[in-house]
Formats: sequence, structure tokens, C-alpha cells
Amino acid sequence: MHSYLVLRVVAKLLIPFIFLFALYVQFHGDFGPGGGFQAGVIFASGFILYSLIFGLKNAELILPRGILRFGVALGVLIFSGVGVYNLLIGGNYLDYSVMSLNPVKGQHLGIFLVELGVGITVSSVMVVVFFTFAGYRKTNGEQ
Amino acid sequence: MAITVFALARIRNLYAVVMLGSIFSLLAAAMFVILDAVDVAFTEAAVGAGIATILTLGTISLTTSREKTQHRMKILPLGVVILTGIALIYGTLDLSHYGDPKAPAHQHVAPVYLKEAPTKTGMPNVVTSVLASYRGYDTLGEVTVIFTAGVGVILLLGNWRRRSRKDDNA
Repeated sequence: MHSYLVLRVVAKLLIPFIFLFALYVQFHGDFGPGGGFQAGVIFASGFILYSLIFGLKNAELILPRGILRFGVALGVLIFSGVGVYNLLIGGNYLDYSVMSLNPVKGQHLGIFLVELGVGITVSSVMVVVFFTFAGYRKTNGEQ
Repeated sequence: MAITVFALARIRNLYAVVMLGSIFSLLAAAMFVILDAVDVAFTEAAVGAGIATILTLGTISLTTSREKTQHRMKILPLGVVILTGIALIYGTLDLSHYGDPKAPAHQHVAPVYLKEAPTKTGMPNVVTSVLASYRGYDTLGEVTVIFTAGVGVILLLGNWRRRSRKDDNA
């Protein structure tokens, strides 16, 4: 799709705002609607738009598959790691109140970390699935 | 939405079906906004209308764009569908009205969450606090499901070996 000038220009204009919106939904999920899952999906769709317009190769240069696979596991690790950490410092599993002297602050921190984990896993899984589907025929056709 | 569904069932060209599915998701997202479920609307718009559509298009480009037509009319599936529909409609008769404060869903734990969540977790958005804190296990389970799906796709369709061979050639 390298020849479609309009698409390229519009995508270049839109993609930063999509990413910004994703980050807003991620970190403002405590106050407004949104959270890790929605943010991850929005982030992934922005990235998928990029790879649709500028080609899979360029997209993989920015976000190599190794990093994505790492991210898939990292999010779940953060989530369950927060739970285990709470266990270790004397609370229940996923009971964020013990993470800080002030229970409310602990809850806030816990939810923030957990949502971050959700966001990382969701966005990397979405992008990985897209990359795998989109790259499937290319790699098989070469053989 | 009803029109989209009928068109979905009739059309044989899969590209059109995918596009109609996307439209259906967008309409569903609008409906969720009307019902004040903005979080769900976000998800529906991004996943249903966006990513799912692109993934299905990718799948179609790998396979074929025409549905295999089947002209025989099947009685048994039709009967099952109609029976299920009747059962579902019968079930909705027992549901309480939309926004009824006496509905069981609003009587059980919801008042506690609504009253306590802002002070206990320090965040104004009750949905987030319920999802991440009160129902932390459920959310962890969901994330694990997504993780498993990603790993499954990587294992089934990912190209570990081919990739290494390509790297050798390059």
C-alpha cells in the first residue's frame, strides 16, 4: 500500500492520537471509563493500522516479535506478581491494601499495576495475532 | 441491527459478511453507549469493529472469499433455533424492567460496591475498582485466557523454525 498518498498522510496524522488516546484510557481508567483491556486494544489497533498502511516489515522493525512475545508473558507476570508480592508482605493474594501504609494508596497502586499488566498483555497478544496471521502466507509462499 | 443480521445470514460473499459484522459491532457499541456502559462500548468498538474485522479479513485472504453454498433446507437446525429463541424470549419475561431499583442485581452486592468502592480504593470509577480489586481473580483469569490465546496462535501459526532458516539466508 505504498502508493496511496492520502491513506499514508491520514494514518500519519491519526496514529499518534490513537496512541495518545490509548495511554489516556490506560492511565486515566481510575477516573474515567476505561482500563487496561480497552487501552491495550486501542493501542494494538493503532499499531495494526500502522502495519496495514506502511507494511508488515516496517512495523516489525519498530516492534520485533521477540519483544512482543516477551510482552505477552510480561503482562501476566506483572498481574500475578503483584498478587504474590501481596502474599509475601503479609496480605491475601491480590489484596492490594497491604502494599502501602495507607490502604487506599495501596489499592490505588495495586490497581494501577494490575491494569498496566492487563494492558501490556492485551496489546501484545493482539499485535502478535495480527502479525502471525498477516505474515503466514508470506513465509509459507517463499518455500 | 436486525437488518444487519438478516443481511448477514443471506449474503454469500464473505467480504461483505465481514463488513456487515463490523457494522453490527459498531451499532452494538452505540447501543452500549446509550445504556451508559461506556467501558463495554469501548471494547466492542475496538475489538468487534476493529481488530476482529481485520483478523477475519486476514483469514479470508489466506483462504477463499466465497462461502460454500448449501441448498438443502435443514429442518432440525431450524427447529432447534426456533425452540431456543422461544425459550430465550420466555426467559426475558421474568427479567425485571430496565433501571428497576428493586431488581435482584441491584440488591445483592452492588450497593456495597457503590458505597464503599470510592472510599476504599480511592478511585471514582467504580467499574475499574470492581474489575481490578474486588474481582481481581476474575480479571487475572481473563488475562490468562488472552495470554493462552496468544501463545496458542504463536505455537500453531508462528514460524520459529522458518524464521531461523531465513535468518541464515540473510
